[in-house]
Amino acid sequence: MNSDSGNLWREQVMAIMRLEIKKNFLARRGLWIYLLALAPVLLFAGHSFERLRHGRVCDLGQDNLIFATVFQFFFLRLAVFFGCVGVFMNLFRGEMLEKSLHYYLLTPVRREVLLAGKYLSGVVTTVVIFGTSAALSLAGLYWHIHPQVVRQYLLEGGGLEHVAAYLGITALACIGYGGVFLLMSFLFNNPMIPAAIVLVWEGLNPFLPAALKKISVIFYLQSLCPLEAPLRSKWAFLAINANATPPYLAVPGLLLVTLAGLYLAARKVRKLEINYGAE
Amino acid sequence: MSNKDRQITFENVSKFYGEVLGVNRVNLTIPPGITSLVGPNGSGKTTLMNLMTGLLCPTQGTIRVLGVPPDQPEALFRFLGYCTQYDSFPRGITGYQFVHSYLRLHGKTDSEARDLTQHALERVRLTDAADRKVAGYSKGMRQRIKLAQAISHWPLVLVLDEPLNGLDPLVRAETIALFRSLAEEGVHVIISSHILHEVDAISDQVILLSSGYVVAEGQIHGVRTEVEEHPMQILIRCERPGRLASRIFEQSSVVEARVHADGKGLLVRTRDPDEFYLALNRLVLDGVDLESVAPADDDVHSVYQYLIGPDGGSI
Ligand SMILES: Nc1ncnc2c1ncn2[C@@H]1O[C@H](COP(=O)(O)OP(=O)(O)OP(=O)(O)O)[C@@H](O)[C@H]1O
Ligand SMILES: [Mg+2]
Repeated sequence: MNSDSGNLWREQVMAIMRLEIKKNFLARRGLWIYLLALAPVLLFAGHSFERLRHGRVCDLGQDNLIFATVFQFFFLRLAVFFGCVGVFMNLFRGEMLEKSLHYYLLTPVRREVLLAGKYLSGVVTTVVIFGTSAALSLAGLYWHIHPQVVRQYLLEGGGLEHVAAYLGITALACIGYGGVFLLMSFLFNNPMIPAAIVLVWEGLNPFLPAALKKISVIFYLQSLCPLEAPLRSKWAFLAINANATPPYLAVPGLLLVTLAGLYLAARKVRKLEINYGAE
Repeated sequence: MSNKDRQITFENVSKFYGEVLGVNRVNLTIPPGITSLVGPNGSGKTTLMNLMTGLLCPTQGTIRVLGVPPDQPEALFRFLGYCTQYDSFPRGITGYQFVHSYLRLHGKTDSEARDLTQHALERVRLTDAADRKVAGYSKGMRQRIKLAQAISHWPLVLVLDEPLNGLDPLVRAETIALFRSLAEEGVHVIISSHILHEVDAISDQVILLSSGYVVAEGQIHGVRTEVEEHPMQILIRCERPGRLASRIFEQSSVVEARVHADGKGLLVRTRDPDEFYLALNRLVLDGVDLESVAPADDDVHSVYQYLIGPDGGSI
């Protein structure tokens, strides 16, 4: 690639993103994604509200553990997960259903560039929605705690690093699940089938042999979480992450899984045919 | 530029949708000017156009558009515009945005795209409605905004799937005039229609399709008057013409079937080519191997009944 085509590709990706991001945010069928993102915010705000009603009992350590649990087992595994199903599975499939995909395929844009533009628009959309959700959830969580205590925790107790880690993990989750579900959208017509397959696969992750563990998104995300989720014994197996990967391996590992997904998706998109009749 | 680089060529192209035949063993060369693809519903017009523009991949064969293979959109759509038959648009978009936003994908700057959009809208006379939502357009306006998009980047090859559908007589005349002027500028204009009468007067050449086969190709002016009621003659090239003959005689529409003088083909005369080609498709799907199928009459006299008969001639 020379720099000319590099520039052209960048401009094309930007033009695609301008069209797609608007569509992603305003998609009528995507309303439930906002509800998914809103759920943890309401949960933690409600939690704070309860505490306030019963007088200020601030147990920051306890609350942080609650957040760590909800973040790992609801937020990442369900909210971001299904949010990415909703956004990324529809990038191509949604336009196939609406019969508007051919307009893109009739422009002088390489199919791979189109894929990149759509993928990045999905990443921007999900990171904004779920990043906001994570940030508001934390705000809701600390709402009932005395501001002085929160400030001290953030500045001196390593709190800021935790917040940054949660936001970073949220972004990585969108990047990773985005790559996985974009690929799945080329393999399955019904989004619920791959969603179920990936959900089960990731649920089985703790039991898989080391090599298979690595073909996963949650494996890396879990390794990055700043606090371990304290699960009662019955569920403890979910949290066992015997060979947790250090961050300097977990981040590249997750990106590698994403790139592999995108590479396979690029091969599929080259062969993609317009077939509005058979849907 | 070599001659090949100025033409659109199909070499032995077939497209199957699973078991369903889209087009079979198409060999075509399309020079500049206005070319019409004519055939009844389901004859393969859209399939040919989608193959030409890379929306479909051929099951077999090669296609070149001015020397460029259709699986290289980054090169092909620099000089090709395609107005499809799909009557759908991205949600919530205005006519202006529709043309402008896809021009931006060509790598045009905002102001370049603006100028090109204005010009295209003027050419199809939609400037006044440009800021309205496409969803609120009439059928004819939607047809024209798609046309505006297809011509907005000044293509050398313009592919139009049933572009006259839904246009009132005045707009239809204007649109035909637009095609003419584009063709005079040296553009390849390829138009499909299921009514021969609608396009034969404006076409430099016509390609007739039936059930996925090219049944005739050439200059069509006045052909309707020349066509007689004689059964159509078709030459089928295959390894074992004798065995094929026995199966083909099962068709009631077949008047005569005899092995070609060179022993490697079968000459069939039929009164109902439509039905015959359908039957032939069934044989192909049953595994009978055919090398080629072509009208044996060299000229377009073998245009079959549908196209010039009561249906096609009535409008
Ligand atoms: N997506 C598809 N899946 C299965 N079969 C298809 C598909 N698209 C087209 N076909 C079949 O291929 C054949 C040719 O169809 P095509 O759409 O090319 O015809 P056409 O000449 O454009 O018809 P029309 O005048 O109705 O637009 C038909 O038999 C049709 O049923
Ligand atoms: Mg058609």
